[in-house]
Amino acid sequence: MKLITAVVKPHRLDEIKEALQAFGVHGLTVTEASGYGRQRGHTEVYRGAEYTVDLVPKIRIEVLAEDDDAEQLIDVIVKAARTGKIGDGKVWSLPVETAVRVRTGERGPDAL
Amino acid sequence: MAAAITLAAEAPKLSSANTGFMLICSALVLIMTPGLAFFYGGMVRVKSTLNMLMMSFISIGIVTILWVLYGFSLAFGTDSGSLIGWNSDWVGLSNIGLTQLWDGYTIPIFVFMVFQMMFAIITPALISGALADRVKFSAWALFVALWATVVYFPVAHWVWGAGGWAFELGVIDFAGGTAVHINAGAAALGVILVIGKRVGFKKDPMRPHSLPLVMLGAGLLWFGWFGFNAGSWLGNDDGVGALMFVNTQVATAAAMLAWLAYEKIRHGAFTTLGAASGAVAGLVAITPSGGAVSPLGAIAVGAIAGVLCAMAVGLKYKFGYDDSLDVVGVHLVGGVAGSLLIGFFATGKGQSEATGVFYGDHSFDQLWKQCAGVFAILAYSLVVSAVLAFLLDKTIGMRVSEDDEIAGIDQAEHAETAYDFSGAGGGAARTTALPTAVADASKKVDA
Repeated sequence: MKLITAVVKPHRLDEIKEALQAFGVHGLTVTEASGYGRQRGHTEVYRGAEYTVDLVPKIRIEVLAEDDDAEQLIDVIVKAARTGKIGDGKVWSLPVETAVRVRTGERGPDAL
Repeated sequence: MAAAITLAAEAPKLSSANTGFMLICSALVLIMTPGLAFFYGGMVRVKSTLNMLMMSFISIGIVTILWVLYGFSLAFGTDSGSLIGWNSDWVGLSNIGLTQLWDGYTIPIFVFMVFQMMFAIITPALISGALADRVKFSAWALFVALWATVVYFPVAHWVWGAGGWAFELGVIDFAGGTAVHINAGAAALGVILVIGKRVGFKKDPMRPHSLPLVMLGAGLLWFGWFGFNAGSWLGNDDGVGALMFVNTQVATAAAMLAWLAYEKIRHGAFTTLGAASGAVAGLVAITPSGGAVSPLGAIAVGAIAGVLCAMAVGLKYKFGYDDSLDVVGVHLVGGVAGSLLIGFFATGKGQSEATGVFYGDHSFDQLWKQCAGVFAILAYSLVVSAVLAFLLDKTIGMRVSEDDEIAGIDQAEHAETAYDFSGAGGGAARTTALPTAVADASKKVDA
């Protein structure tokens, strides 16, 4: 199994969700995150005092996938998340040792 | 009938219209203090919101009581030495007839007293913006009581009390440019020079946490300010109160536009905080001057004050004093601007016949009087406030510990937090099951 993590622009969430549902993904976890990459931040002005806000709001999406699906799933997310402008985010995957469905106790791919 | 009219001219009679108007104005001035609380409260970081609100609210409690006990007597009682008043009948308001009129006016002493009470309440509250995030609440409460007693009550007497030196000199201060705004702004400067900067000043970002709260506060201030300004004529039999009302609106609009224009040119954006700040700067500047200038003059006063204050708020970074929410930059600078501009723009057709440099015989006379009032009150308030802060700091201590300041003064001083940000509505993060009182009550029901 793989854990696919995507940190993307918040307004792309719905597109990504729909694309993942169309692909057959049954569940995902979303957290609000903040961070920066090459985009860096922006400047705000309060009574003439300029503040550089370098942590911009992002959404972190986490999806568990079977090994065979992982690469394709990453492509699905990347396609749905892309706007072509700086700050679109990143997607990566990590190997997962095990997963358990809490209600039934099923383990491994059955738990997905 | 003719006899009655002659009699009325000799000794004013109680006017129900003016009395009702003044009671409404008193309520309008009161709402300015909660308005100020929101104006300031939105500008601090989340962790000190409640403390900022409470610094204003506590002034309502403390100053109301002091005013009844002895404040009104000190400020408006019989003059001694042009410096302070006293009237033992007014101590505790114990010997004032309900229909006894304020000398020379058509409203009862009680009405004048409660109107002026609201001014005494908001003036110390204005200082609090400079002291954000870092002052012990007990020390602040004590400061408010002491400052009202040794600074506000005497200064109000100088400016508005019969026999007060500034009043007798002919310094024009319609509604409190000197007694309220310069006074509070200079006090703020005196106190922050003693207590020092916030932890992380000029290093950490200290963004306002809620500009909508700031706008709400500015709106309430603007609304209440009509009572503050127009009410200060204590009636409207000759139209001067209405002139003040109009000028209040005009100058505030001009100042808001001027601040926004300055900001757009200088920093590239029309900011919300700039609009709110510009409005307040205009309100401050027209406070002393609105009865003396024409509506076109009010546009000039507002626009000049808007630009000056927008420039002045940057000074704290240059000179390194932490006037946290710009009490000096807006109230001191705006108050000085408004008070001195009377010396240029007074038409002689408003509250008095005194004219400024641009009108009448182009005399500098009124300008010098304004300078005397402005700088004497500025200096007195600055020095005495600094001494008070110094004494409190050496005895009970003015500041919370550095750890408490970093963690947030709301938790340390008020045992509360302003907002619950947890997505689960607080249930998930709660560590104690129920407040003790609630738990006890439910036990009793079980039994």
